[in-house]
Amino acid sequence: MAQDASTHHEGTTKRIWSVFIILSVLTIVEVVLGIFKPHFLVFTEVVSMSLLNWIFIILTIYKAYFITWAFMHMEHESPGLRRTVVWTGVFLICYLIAILLIEGNYIHDVYTNEFMTWDF
Amino acid sequence: MDSTAVEQTGTEGKNWGGGNQPLKASYGKLMMWFFITSDALTFSGFLAAYGFTRFKFIDEWPIADEVFNHFPFLHGIDAPMYYVALMTFILIFSSVTMVLAVDAGHKLQKSKVTFYMALTILGGAVFLGSQAWEWKNFINGEYGAVETKSGKILQFVDNDGKRVAIQDFAPQHESYREQHKGNKGAWYISESSIPQYHIDDVKEAFKNEENLLVRTMQLNEQKEKTVLNRQESLKYLEDRGVDLIFGANMSKNEYGAPLFGGFFFFITGFHGFHVFSGVVLLIITFFNVLIGTYEKRKSYEMVEKVGLYWHFVDLVWVFVFTFFYLV
Repeated sequence: MAQDASTHHEGTTKRIWSVFIILSVLTIVEVVLGIFKPHFLVFTEVVSMSLLNWIFIILTIYKAYFITWAFMHMEHESPGLRRTVVWTGVFLICYLIAILLIEGNYIHDVYTNEFMTWDF
Repeated sequence: MDSTAVEQTGTEGKNWGGGNQPLKASYGKLMMWFFITSDALTFSGFLAAYGFTRFKFIDEWPIADEVFNHFPFLHGIDAPMYYVALMTFILIFSSVTMVLAVDAGHKLQKSKVTFYMALTILGGAVFLGSQAWEWKNFINGEYGAVETKSGKILQFVDNDGKRVAIQDFAPQHESYREQHKGNKGAWYISESSIPQYHIDDVKEAFKNEENLLVRTMQLNEQKEKTVLNRQESLKYLEDRGVDLIFGANMSKNEYGAPLFGGFFFFITGFHGFHVFSGVVLLIITFFNVLIGTYEKRKSYEMVEKVGLYWHFVDLVWVFVFTFFYLV
């Protein structure tokens, strides 16, 4: 990884274009799914979210992986740097999202179930 | 130095023994990475807050396809997401040219770096322009909506479920008053124009238009907005309608939940600000490339560092795109 940082010149241009193609294909898939919204994907619930949304999120994380690893050269950085940046982000973001979405859902339940209307 | 330094620490050659670069990155690059990490957390905070609000109003959140359906030169054609998809491509492609510039920098090819950086700047500028256009459409709105007593939104559709703009059926309001300016009355209150339509006229006009129905914010089982029948529509509008909303500002918008507009402005605005500062950094670096600063240093590391920032901006957009326009 870190050792080949100075010797990765030859294949780089090819790698850049192949990553560009991957990113484009992923984006096109997302947009096509977003426009047609296949009935099956929209109405299949997996862990309190529609399958379509899961597909969008997974594809997005996959795109983020390519951008970080190939374009930002994370694949050539030392493991220490990689872990410093990626683990910090991943763990804190997971925590943040979990806690905020759970709270949001709770407030939604309060709005729906309490003896007072918010729509008048 | 020599007299005080401990000669043998027993950690020579170890990563954390000091005096070496365990992360094998220069100071500048390392700091750019740390900045990016913290900035990523900032954006995650915004997007998570958006998710919080979205979950809070999960049954009544606006449908993105209905809000962002404009495309330049295609007036009145429903083009959901085409334009944001194009913007995404522009930004991804500018990321590609950026990484090509960094790559050319490694090989000390000045003219190639110049060329690719120019393309990147162009991509960034086009993206910013597109975002401005997107904001313009969002702020101006298209159909208008009625605000209810509780701050909810009522929209109008015809019998086929097609949206109808307030401007199309309500008469223009004959103004009974003067425009409020700062030099007349309280100096700190003024308005940019007198509202052209009035809620009472809209209520009156709605009674006469037999084929109009009211659409609420509530999402039904089909994940579409609920359309009320004619009786309910009349009752809802009469009992609840208090004001009209055209377009969007920081506190209300015609699309639905007020926070939808707030988050749109804040998140895409903050991202746009990042794109803007990225373009400024790129331009500065571009001129440094032109006058040969990095050629003399025999290192194009500055291009690489700005490149890192630029890719990060692209990375953030990938997430904004997903959470604002797709999910």
